[in-house]
Order: sequence, then C-alpha cells, then structure tokens
Amino acid sequence: MNFIDLIMSHAPALLVVIPLLGAFLTPLISKINDKVRNIFVIGILGVTAVFVLLVAQQVLDTGTITYVFGSSLQTVQNNTVIRILFEIDALSIFMALVSIILAFVASIYSWGFLEKETGQDKYYTLLLLMTAGMLGMVLTGDLFNFFVFIEITSIASAALIAFWTNKAKAVEAGFKYIFISTIGALFILFAIALLYGQYNALNIAKLADSITFTYLDKIALIIFISALAMKGGIVPMHMWLPDAYGRAPAPISLVLVGATQASIYGVFRVLFTLYGNVIHLPKISFGWILVLLGLITMIVGVIMAMIQTDFKRLIAYGAVAELGYIFLGVGTGLTIIANPDIGISSAPFAVEAMKGSIFHIINDALDVGLLFMVAGAVYYATKETSLNNLGGLARNMKYTTIFFIIGLLAISGIPPMNGFASKLLIYESTYQLNPIISIIAILSSIMLLAVFVKIFQSVFLGPKLKKFDDVKEVPKSMLIAMGIIASIIIFFGLFPDLIITNLVEPAVNALIHPENYLQWLTGGL
Amino acid sequence: MISIDELFNTFETGNGFWNPVLWLIAFVIIFLIIYIIRGFGNNSYKKGTGQTQVFLSGNPESDFESMHVKSSNLYWGWTESLKWIIDALKSMHNGNLSDYVLWFVIVMGALFLFVGLI
Repeated sequence: MNFIDLIMSHAPALLVVIPLLGAFLTPLISKINDKVRNIFVIGILGVTAVFVLLVAQQVLDTGTITYVFGSSLQTVQNNTVIRILFEIDALSIFMALVSIILAFVASIYSWGFLEKETGQDKYYTLLLLMTAGMLGMVLTGDLFNFFVFIEITSIASAALIAFWTNKAKAVEAGFKYIFISTIGALFILFAIALLYGQYNALNIAKLADSITFTYLDKIALIIFISALAMKGGIVPMHMWLPDAYGRAPAPISLVLVGATQASIYGVFRVLFTLYGNVIHLPKISFGWILVLLGLITMIVGVIMAMIQTDFKRLIAYGAVAELGYIFLGVGTGLTIIANPDIGISSAPFAVEAMKGSIFHIINDALDVGLLFMVAGAVYYATKETSLNNLGGLARNMKYTTIFFIIGLLAISGIPPMNGFASKLLIYESTYQLNPIISIIAILSSIMLLAVFVKIFQSVFLGPKLKKFDDVKEVPKSMLIAMGIIASIIIFFGLFPDLIITNLVEPAVNALIHPENYLQWLTGGL
Repeated sequence: MISIDELFNTFETGNGFWNPVLWLIAFVIIFLIIYIIRGFGNNSYKKGTGQTQVFLSGNPESDFESMHVKSSNLYWGWTESLKWIIDALKSMHNGNLSDYVLWFVIVMGALFLFVGLI
C-alpha cells in the first residue's frame, strides 16, 4: 500500500482529525504572527475540504463507507456493542460538504473582519473545534459519539457567540445558547440511554436493526425529535436562534447555520435510519408532525422577521423561516413513505419533496450565510446594526450591495437563483399532499422577499447620509469570501439538474433506503 | 468529468421542468428588445434644468437625509392590520430563558400525546 492509498484509507477519520489537530496547534502558531496563523487555519480547512471532496467522490462511486477506529470492520460485526465508527453515506457527506464550505469561507472572511480584534488565537482555535464537531456529528455512525460531537460543537459555538465579551448582549446570547444546547444534549443522552438499556448497543445500524418500537423506543424517539428540533431552531423552540445568530460575529453566524443544520440532519437520521424499519407503525405518520412544525416555523419566522429593525436579527428570523421549508419537504416525503397504503412507488412526488428539502439545506446555508456576511460587512464599515440608522450605502459599498442583491434573490426563491429550484420542488410536491400547504409556503416566500426588500431599501437605497461619508468598501478577504458563496449560489441556480443528480439524489436515496446503512452488519460491504 | 450536455440538462421537477439557462437567454432577449424600444423614445432630456427638479405639489423639497423612509415605517399598514398576531408573537419572544425551555417541554408533551403515550 503506497502512501496515498494509506492516507485515503484513513480519509474518513482525517475529516475530523485534521481540524481537531489544527485547533490545538493554532495557539502555538499564533505565537509566530497573525498572518501565519490565518494562513494556517485557512490551509487546515482547505485541506479538510479537499478530503471531504475525495471522500464524497468515493461514497458516490462505491456507496456507504464504514470506518472503524482502532479495529477492523469484521471485529465490529462480531461484537457491535461499543466501538467508535464513522458511517458515511451520501447524506452524511452532503452535510459534511455544507459544513466545510461554510467553515472554509468563514475563515477567509474572518481575516479581514477580525483584523483589529484581540483574542484571535482563541477565536480560530474554537472555529476549528466547532468545524471538527459539526463534521463528527454528520459522519458518525454511533449515537454516543453523536452526543459527544454535539457537545464539542455546542461548547465551541457558545464561546464564539460570546466572542465580544465586552458586549453584554453577546455574553447573554452565548449563555442562552449553551443553556439550551445543554438541555437538548442531556435529553439526547437520556434517549440514547433508553436505547442502550434495551438493546445493549450504541451503534446506529445495530440499533436500527434491533428496534421493535416498544414503549421505551417511542419515548426515546420523541425525545430525540424534540431535542434535535430545538437545537435545529424549529418553532416554537427557536427563540435562542435570533439571539445567537444576531449577537455572534458575522462569520460565526455563518458557521452556526451549518451547526443548526447538523441538528436537523440528526432529526432526519433518527427518523429515517434509526427508526427506519418501524417508522410506518404509528397510526398517524411522523411526517405530519414535520409538516406541521415546518409550516409553523415558516409563518412565525417570516412574521417576526417583518417587524425586526436589527439587521442580523432580521436575517436570523429569515433563517428560521427557511428551516421550515426543509422540514416541510422531508415531512411530505415521510408522510407518504410511512404510509404503506400509498407507498412511494405510487406517489413519486414524495421523493421530489425530499429532493427539494435536501437541496434546500445547502441553498439555505449559502443564502443565509451570504446575507450574514453582508450584515457583517455593513457592521464592519459603519459599526451600526440598526436598520433605522442605516441608509444610502449602495453608493459607498458597491460590491457588498451586489452580494446582498444576490442573497436577497436567492433566499426569496427568485429565478434563476438556487433557492428557486429547491422551492419549486417543495411547492409542487406539497401541492400534491395538500394545496393549502403549498399556498402557505408560496406566501411565506413572497413575504420573505418583502422582508429582504425592506433591508435593501433601509440599508442600501436612499440618499447618502452625512455620517457615512467616510464609509469605504470592506477588505478584500471579506469580499472574496462573499464572492465565493455568491458564485456557488449562481452556479447552483444555473445548473440545478447537475447538483440534484450528483449530490441531492444520492442523499435522498440514502434517507429512503435505510437498508443500505445497515448492510455492513451482515457483511454486505 | 462533467459533459456540457450534463451541465445544461433540463431539470425535471416531477410535474414540470425548469431550465434556468434558457430562462436567462429569454430574459436577455427581452431586455434587448426593451432597450431597442427605449432608443425610439424622446431624447430631449437635459440634465440640471427644471426638467430634472423634484415637484412635490408646490411644497418645498425637504432635506435629502430626512426623506429616507426608515425601516420601522415600512410595511406600516401590514403590521398594523396584523397587530393582534404580532403582539401575541412578541409576548412569546420575551427573552426569558425559562420560557425557552417551557416551549421545549410543551412540544415534547404534545408529541407524547400525538404518539399516544399519555
């Protein structure tokens, strides 16, 4: 085995190990100087991104990868009780791709954004830790491991939200985040314990094979969904989200979108894989719960966004509304899949709904991420976040304005941006389930457009204000970061079929065919 | 390697289709037609003359800065007509951490009822 083969055989582990080691090296590298440290962090995340792409290629070519830490797969097949392993299917790698894009772009953006700030060594260390945690959450095939990675992500995120320790509201938001995260994580741990107590296993595949939907299984399922949905910012458990997104430094808000989506991924993994064999047993499908939560999330998110006057809080509520679309599409799919009378073969729109939802995960991350970066750029240039005090910035910040317009069109689902393709799938398929759901989704999208037009009018249009005479465009690193995301948005928007066929469809297939996830148990790999 | 055909594939949505590149080409053609029609318009515009001054029904023009509509004033009619629901939502979003957890408990309780465990 040559060196490259050796590295590739351990690539799944390296996806977490590289940022983790990078995190611990960052304080040391910081001793050299800030520039070297920044290049090091961007390099670490760049290398991780390359490995994500390599593993993605492997997963899409050969199917699910199971990587066992410190042992062979055969050993684990004989004794599945406790063993850390990563199980990477198309959905996991799709989520890993989302996380690493956000983290990589955030590191570039942070270079300019934080150039005058102190405590950057801690900031970058925590950023890498957070990235390692997010990647671990979406790659692991072990429930306890999932809990550990949730904790790593939460602790790093809370510290980063409270990065500006001289601002009371930032510290308060950090405290709220860690409190909510701890409550959620403890409940998840309790649910894991319920399953472990019954089946003597922590491995997701092993548990999925064993679960018989006992009374305790039902309790564990409800706890999993509630706790992960709370961490995912689903209404009415979303209140921490505007606080956290709104007070964190802009690049952290960007990465937090990925962390939130990793929790949403948890909901889907639990429903479709862990309980995949028994999810058709409840009389009323769990899909309806997701649809209901999705609708409430969209409506409340967009109404609350409409009345905000703080730039970042407004975007945060917009992000909440977008999460509703993700739940809505997957809920529609699950409603059909879990109903044996209908069946997925006679209702192909269920798969289309899920394609829309999964595609919307990456679209939401990119669109909301770009808007947060624009909000950060405006704050960087003006030190102002209140929409009432801003105006006329299109004259001073031309590139930032263009990036905002791209973000605005994308998040509102205006063609030909990426948001349109995913929302179109969701509208069409939810219409088949119930036309009223589709109408509510379209109305919410129209209202989202109105909300972001409000920002555009308040911040960028209008006469030039005297107090902003000296405002200049933001540093190049911030423009490059926004440019990268804007380019991906346009690319995804122009070539949606390419993305759906090569990335989204395999991820959806991974969700609706849980048997593939369980293959290795019987030596099927 | 991705082929050109694959790149420009029409995206089938199940009940319809969507090809953004064709849409974009159509958009550019429409823009060009509008631009050509615009060329036939009146070209007697003179910058800096009375033609370009603002006329506000005889009222004096205000200071430019004060003419900018602030964020809070936008969609006033909409927010006023939905005041009842907005007030209810505002009271829900009170910033109290205990209430955040309460909502979690409520959702969990509702799910327990839904699954029929209570």
